[in-house]
Amino acid sequence: MNFITQIINGLNAGSIYALVALGYSMVYGIVKLINFAHGDIIMVGAYAVYVVLIMLKLPLWVSVLASMAFCALVGVLIEKLAYSRLLNAGAQRISLLITAIGVSIFLQNLFQLLFSSSAKSVPGFFPEGSVGFGGASVGFGTIITIAATVLVMILLQLLINKTKTGKAMRAVSEDAGAARLMGINTESTIAFTFAIGSALAAVGAVLYMGSYPQITPYMGSMLGLKAFVAAVLGGIGSVPGAMIGGLIMGVAESLTKGYISSNISDAVVFGILIVVLLFKPTGLMGKNVKEKV
Amino acid sequence: MSKKNKLAPYMKKKLISYLINFLLVVAGFVVINVLTTLGVIDRYIAGILTMVCINIILAVSLNLVTGILGQLVLGHAGFMAVGAYTAALFTIHSGLPLEGFGGAITFLLALVLGGLVAALFSVIIGIPALRLKGDYLAIITLGFGEIIRVLILNLDFTGGALGLRNIPGMTTFNWVYILAALTVYIIYSYMLSRHGRAVLAIREDEIAAEAAGIHTTYYKMAAFVMAAFFAGVAGGLYAHYIGVIAPSKFNFNYSVEILVMVVLGGMGSITGSVIAAAVLTILPEALRAFSDYRMLLYSVVLILMMLFRPGGLLGRSELSIAGLGRWIKRMAQRFAAWLRRRKNGEKAPKKDKKSRKKGEVQ
Repeated sequence: MNFITQIINGLNAGSIYALVALGYSMVYGIVKLINFAHGDIIMVGAYAVYVVLIMLKLPLWVSVLASMAFCALVGVLIEKLAYSRLLNAGAQRISLLITAIGVSIFLQNLFQLLFSSSAKSVPGFFPEGSVGFGGASVGFGTIITIAATVLVMILLQLLINKTKTGKAMRAVSEDAGAARLMGINTESTIAFTFAIGSALAAVGAVLYMGSYPQITPYMGSMLGLKAFVAAVLGGIGSVPGAMIGGLIMGVAESLTKGYISSNISDAVVFGILIVVLLFKPTGLMGKNVKEKV
Repeated sequence: MSKKNKLAPYMKKKLISYLINFLLVVAGFVVINVLTTLGVIDRYIAGILTMVCINIILAVSLNLVTGILGQLVLGHAGFMAVGAYTAALFTIHSGLPLEGFGGAITFLLALVLGGLVAALFSVIIGIPALRLKGDYLAIITLGFGEIIRVLILNLDFTGGALGLRNIPGMTTFNWVYILAALTVYIIYSYMLSRHGRAVLAIREDEIAAEAAGIHTTYYKMAAFVMAAFFAGVAGGLYAHYIGVIAPSKFNFNYSVEILVMVVLGGMGSITGSVIAAAVLTILPEALRAFSDYRMLLYSVVLILMMLFRPGGLLGRSELSIAGLGRWIKRMAQRFAAWLRRRKNGEKAPKKDKKSRKKGEVQ
């Protein structure tokens, strides 16, 4: 286990954090809500893959697409059933947060009832083998994970910066009221954001299962928390920030596991959060938004 | 001079209200003690009552942050764990007397120490989170709750996953009852004090409060640290009641259970929290067959409450005997008026705004 191997392991985990962090970041950017249920969407995506791939024995690409579609649907359903009413009524933030935590607990316990709380193991579906790289061997799984993440990031940047929908998303996150006056359908834009974020979580779930072949109903909570910290570190609301934040988190965690102790790696994650909040609350790439009264 | 006279009836009313509540608390104490000596309350019921009191301390203290300050805390069980382990380690290792009057002093010291260490942790995580506006406290306390559990699991002196054993069983019902009453009193008076009004102002509008000259970070910290202190005391009481503490007890689900008590009782209503804590401690005991569905039910309760009655069952109002008396009096007056009208064959007076305005014009 040399230094480069640790870094590569960190980049592997960090790519997954980055994908999940994007979902947090996009939703926070548009409705200013920490969507606690986002971590559990990863779990939903993982179980969707499990059902299609293992139980129905369909090919991998079908299960990935099915999982993405299912997660997008669940994300939109959560937004419509739980959040939209509160968002439209201009409810207090704490009500929104409590609803989000309620949705998160609901999903965890629902899947525990459906699939039992014991871990389900998934056979590794990435091709075996590795290539040498600077004295360390890199598995194909890691290469696929990092490549897939980079590809998704580029597509997302294009979507946000080059398309009309992306423009609408940016407008709503800047000022929802003004966007509505300009003829943008804010409700469908918010729903679309939830759908994209949840579909990204499904991609994250697939990549996660490639590296850690076990799924439980509670897998999403810690993964989601770390991804949220990554989003804050990178600057919440920023797409490249989420990518950089995720990668830094992954590497920091991997180095802690390798050189200090695997027990305190979770503590290091929150140490990072505390340091970021103390010294640069807007994150690495975040914009400093002035508050207007 | 005249101001004093104006305030006098209000002060009198308040004093009567305090007196009634104090007598009720004393009466409850005496009744439960008498029933215990008579054997009506057995060990099982006494155990439930002890847990009710511990949960009341937890729910009321969480209400201070979540209901009165308006910041979500998702790691209250973590502060409880810190208090529980600190207090237990103190009584086990300090070598101070455990029996009689000396024992009571040792226990009190242990509880206060547990509360103080929990408060210290809250300062460490409160400074980065509460300096900022926004929802960072929720995420940072959620992380804290998880990390403290992992740390306890992996440290040597906490006993790891097996837990800490042989904690002297010093918590009696009288201890928890008095401390729960004291907690409710302190937090209620805090809410009515100058400090409490500042905290309420921050909940209503942080920017406006700051503009009015309130040091928002200071008051937010004060409320948060106070809540953590009481959670630590509750943890100490729990440790010395149950005898064996393991990290698995202080998990995220327990934090959520306390949050459900606060939300159900009404965010900002102390009596609401007390009632909800009592109901939600007793009900699961009665409905053990459905324990698999408990968390599912709690989550649905949280979502539905937020969607349809975000203030909780009691909202921000308090339940009091004096208030109940006033309510009964008002209802009786209304009933008497209704009876009188019925006797005279009159119709109910119209309360329409329009007709009154017309009358003024004419």
